[in-house]
Amino acid sequence: MTAVGVFRMPSLGADMDSGTLIEWLVSPGDTVHRGDIVAVVDTAKSAIDVEVFTDGVVSELLVDPGTEIPVGTPMATIEDGSTTPEAGSSTPESGSGPESAEPRHPTEQPPPPPVRHLAHVLGVNIDEITGTGPDGRLTRHDVERAAGAKVVTPAPPGRESTTPPAAEPETGERVRATPRARRLAESQGVDLADIPGSGEDGAVTAADVIAAAQARERRAEPAPEEPEPEPAEPAEEAKHGRGAKAGRGAKAGREAKTGDRRRAARRAATAALMGRSAKEIPHYYVSTTMDVSQPLDWLRKHNAGLRPRERVLPAAMFLRASTLAAQRVPDLNGHWIDDTFTPADGVHVGVAVAVRGGGLVTPAIRDAHELPLDDLMTALTDLVGRAKAGRLRGSELEPGSITVSSLADGGPDALYGVIYPPQVAVVGIGGVAERPWAVSGMLTVRRTVTVTLGADHRATDGGIGAKYLTAFADALNDPEEL
Amino acid sequence: MDRDESRRIVLEALLDVAPDIDEAQLDPQSSLRDSAELDSMDFVAFVAALSETLGADIPEDDYGQLDSVALATDYVVNRG
Repeated sequence: MTAVGVFRMPSLGADMDSGTLIEWLVSPGDTVHRGDIVAVVDTAKSAIDVEVFTDGVVSELLVDPGTEIPVGTPMATIEDGSTTPEAGSSTPESGSGPESAEPRHPTEQPPPPPVRHLAHVLGVNIDEITGTGPDGRLTRHDVERAAGAKVVTPAPPGRESTTPPAAEPETGERVRATPRARRLAESQGVDLADIPGSGEDGAVTAADVIAAAQARERRAEPAPEEPEPEPAEPAEEAKHGRGAKAGRGAKAGREAKTGDRRRAARRAATAALMGRSAKEIPHYYVSTTMDVSQPLDWLRKHNAGLRPRERVLPAAMFLRASTLAAQRVPDLNGHWIDDTFTPADGVHVGVAVAVRGGGLVTPAIRDAHELPLDDLMTALTDLVGRAKAGRLRGSELEPGSITVSSLADGGPDALYGVIYPPQVAVVGIGGVAERPWAVSGMLTVRRTVTVTLGADHRATDGGIGAKYLTAFADALNDPEEL
Repeated sequence: MDRDESRRIVLEALLDVAPDIDEAQLDPQSSLRDSAELDSMDFVAFVAALSETLGADIPEDDYGQLDSVALATDYVVNRG
């Protein structure tokens, strides 16, 4: 028997509980390795490259492109090629022989904990499904099948079902659209003719349809459709497109529209999450202004022999100090869920990235504590670049264990962040500024930065916050060890 | 290198980093951080792109001479 793993819709960040599969990058029979990007999923904020977390061979794709699915939904099965039986059926027999046709009696044969957990995660009621394992016991398969069935059941709640499925215009020109976009438009009740296409030759893509449907949902009033103009003539669009010029005019115009929708979606997502944070989390703040002249001098020397792309920015140095401090004060590094704090298994540092054109995304660098300064800079450059380009990976959108928000470029002196639930702390790095500074009784001028920690008072008290700032300063004052 | 050519190189490096900027809206005298909304990561990418086009290193100490389109153009005129 070959062990079968299930590839699920990953978490897409604290503010996203579902995503729409845009496309599969693998087919049944393909060999995949841990970390390979296997699918592209769209959320309101951006498209996300989704990675697989096991090695194996893709056996079945369970979800069609264009389907919106909640986090945790099985998307594909992957055989690992080994002979280990799957968890559910591997439990040793404890009673009589198989009576597989009998429905399972929960009190007699409770499913093994991993299966119960899976059922819980997928929202499946185990009493309602029939087990196919030994003694009619529930297996992971049974649970997943039941969850899969739930997913394909009618439209998700909250959608307006009164809108008739979009019929293509009976007369006039047929709207250019991908087959996926057509199917999606029909299921979402969106009129293709109302959607500006961003695909080749202005074709409407699945992503366009999704964005249009999401834009519609966000509007309070049920009707009317997209207020945006009909897909315009290229020449006309060029007039609207910011920065449009000959050659890239029409495309820029369309990108600008997609960009507007993304921007609105990011704004809405941030608004929802921050609103929830402000309502639920009793924040406290502690703040220290520290002299960073010495670490900045050290950084300058460190960078002197490096090419521009290899140079480490102060922002990365502060991120490294934030990470080390989180490691030293584990009470601030983790999640508060169901009135309980659970420390994280490593420092997965969320980085608040301002996307060009507006809005924030906060992807996380997993296991940042294992990355020395140069490596952290490389990871940061890569992450920020892709965050701005709207191509983050699924694993990066799983909630980090703490978030760092930085204004190191200048501007405001201090940043009082708002915690990203379910995290319990947010670090705000103000701009580096020269300030008068007392050293051994003498007044001098030093480069300083104000570091502010915002923390969840349900999880910790100010003393822990103070410890964090001390650990931050200690880490920074020993740059060789960064 | 002549001034027009230098300016073109600067703008290309800038568009590399910030494809959405509008040349016409860009004040050549004002700081790139303000006029083109570059953050420190963008600025480093801009410097790197410039350095690669010129085939010459741009030390960190020179960053201050690149902070506007006009300044960066002067810099490239002198270096190119």
